[in-house]
Amino acid sequence: MNNAKPLRFRNGFVVPLVELPHLDYAEFSESLLAEVAADARIASYFGRPLADGLEIYAILAHDWNGELSLLRTQVNGSFPSLTPLCPQLHLFERELAEQYGVRPDKHPWLKPVRFHKTWIDAADIWGRPHGKHPVPGDMEFYRVDGEEVHEVAVGPVHAGVIEPGHFRFQCHGEEVMHLEISLGYQHRGIEQMLIGGPHPSTIYLLETSAGDTTVGHATAYSQLLESLAGCESPLRAQAIRALALELERLANHVGDIGALAGDVGFLPTASFCGRLRGDYLNLTAELCGSRFGRGLVRPGGVGFDLDGTLPQTFVERLKILKRETRGAIDLCFDAPSVLARFEGTGLVRTDDAEALGMVGVAARGCGLVRDARLHHPFGIWEGGFDTPIIELDGDVFARGNVRRREINASLELINQLLRGLPQGPISQPLGPLAADSLALSLCEGWRGEVVHAAITDAVGRIDRYKIVDPSFHNWSGLSMAMRGQQISDFPLCNKSFNLSYCGFDL
Amino acid sequence: MLTIIRERLRQGHRTGKYPKVEPIMPERFRGLPQLAQNLTPQSCADAVASCPFTALSSNGGKLQLDLGRCLFCADCPAAADHAALAFSNDYRLATSRREDMFLDDNVYHVAGMLNKSMRKLFGRSLKLRQVSAGGCNACEADLNVLSTLVFDLARFGIQFVASPRHADGIMVTGPVTENMKSALLDTYAAIPEPKLVIASGACAIAGGPYCNSPEAHQGIGDLLPVDLYIPGCPPHPYTALDGLLRMLGRIE
Repeated sequence: MNNAKPLRFRNGFVVPLVELPHLDYAEFSESLLAEVAADARIASYFGRPLADGLEIYAILAHDWNGELSLLRTQVNGSFPSLTPLCPQLHLFERELAEQYGVRPDKHPWLKPVRFHKTWIDAADIWGRPHGKHPVPGDMEFYRVDGEEVHEVAVGPVHAGVIEPGHFRFQCHGEEVMHLEISLGYQHRGIEQMLIGGPHPSTIYLLETSAGDTTVGHATAYSQLLESLAGCESPLRAQAIRALALELERLANHVGDIGALAGDVGFLPTASFCGRLRGDYLNLTAELCGSRFGRGLVRPGGVGFDLDGTLPQTFVERLKILKRETRGAIDLCFDAPSVLARFEGTGLVRTDDAEALGMVGVAARGCGLVRDARLHHPFGIWEGGFDTPIIELDGDVFARGNVRRREINASLELINQLLRGLPQGPISQPLGPLAADSLALSLCEGWRGEVVHAAITDAVGRIDRYKIVDPSFHNWSGLSMAMRGQQISDFPLCNKSFNLSYCGFDL
Repeated sequence: MLTIIRERLRQGHRTGKYPKVEPIMPERFRGLPQLAQNLTPQSCADAVASCPFTALSSNGGKLQLDLGRCLFCADCPAAADHAALAFSNDYRLATSRREDMFLDDNVYHVAGMLNKSMRKLFGRSLKLRQVSAGGCNACEADLNVLSTLVFDLARFGIQFVASPRHADGIMVTGPVTENMKSALLDTYAAIPEPKLVIASGACAIAGGPYCNSPEAHQGIGDLLPVDLYIPGCPPHPYTALDGLLRMLGRIE
């Protein structure tokens, strides 16, 4: 088995494809399962079509060593599914089946993921008509039968101003026995549009892959391109990126706590947080003109400097915002009526979270220490972050409290960054990208780790670009959280995860 | 209870005085572009070629910008490399007609009001159903913001509602992905007549960054009769609010 020992790297690595061993599928599976047994988890898993089959790349994260291991194999037609032994692969394998018409044999839940045509000229494994666009949500849903069992279907268009998705609840009275989530309505074909790039439009596609994580996705992409070009962005640019990333975290966490409060009818926090969220977005707009950080993070550096009176403005505004945010949030976490609704609702057990490969806020709320800023730091984060926020209970309260504590931590991080803002340029030109190589970049966005991987062709153009938004790992967690809950608690559980539809659908 | 009241006093009154008092936009905000006049044919052609989203075209040698396609990019190559345009701070961008979004002589026709009978119906109470059809959640997020106490959309009689049956109109975001097309059309059909259609954001107007995607349509223009276009990627909440109020004749 020695020859199947996977190569190990750190975040931001680039490896020439020739150095990467070709394993046969049996060796590949054995190594992958051995890695997972040794505490690794799947960070990314994707295919690349070749003339004579499909290459599969697996990227596993060893959090405590800060390392990432890389495996590749090649399959043709069908291959034994690893999902029964490694459930966190279930969506990745379904994705391969949908994109390339391959069949993971004995996959226990083999259904479409995003409802699009196969990416290559291969037959659809579900036998959907060739050449026609599949119908979204057209699949066999899991059903519970029984005289007193009923099914509730929700979506794709929901009640609020939110993104579309379809949910099927199997209920016995109020109690939910199972929730199945079918997405794909937001599928815009991003990964396919990136092939042959980087194009002038590429950065905009990545900034909008999940609009509320613009800075997270743009940072992951920029780090990746810098690695491929063999250069590093200036320190000042890295600090500004880190600052914007924390502002994004603040805006979203504050908004989420407001939304949680709103869902249990605690209006003071709901109204105050709605306003405060906007104030954090406005700070980002002071920096780059866009409330969502559009145009700020660019390969090679950042597009806008934090110069003139801006640092002072930031310090002053944040001082006031900090007080107001704490006041607004503590109100709801001190109210017994709110806590009674938060505690014990939407429970996810740590074992399940681990088996499903959950990441980010949702994983940290289940007691899993998973934070790319700590484990897989890049650039300015190296040695700069040592306090991941963990809650043990796995319920709505835990996910809310992770956010509350992360808000305090982010405010402190921003203060540190503002105090020690390095001098120097904010951007540097990027050279040509390494050819025939694979690069990987991780960034801890506000929801969780954003993983981008790219394979370049012989002239250094992108041949395959793979995006993993944290939501991709975490939607299954929401299903688990709903088991045995009252259906009326769904909005609350859903808010406590607040996952991205477009980040999943791409 | 006392803590809540104390905190309420501390947080203060936050609802803005818009539209009586003009909002102060961030200094780096990118609003209505000003096109450079007297460009040489060569620099005009270069500028046109530089836009990845084909927002620029040449109208008989004169530069023309389609604000429906413009993403207000921070690193707009036509602005940075060819000095063909510059962004002003003007957030008032919504228009009533698609053709009004083509800017060439720096005269921009913002949205006018609905006709008298429609104003009588909707001028003081407008309920909207929002449908995200492939949006990246930035447009949706900044529409949600309108319902917060800063903008307090309800004070203008405008509200987002849960059911199309309760709605007077539909507000669409996103380029309309193939997978959302039928749900969007069903939602539109479920709204009682007469009804309004609003396209919010570059995606809904002309496809935005996804204008070349085989999985998306180029906005709702070919699918629904649009009454109001709100440009931006995403539109600033004040851009959206300004457009809505102009349409209802609440500001002129």
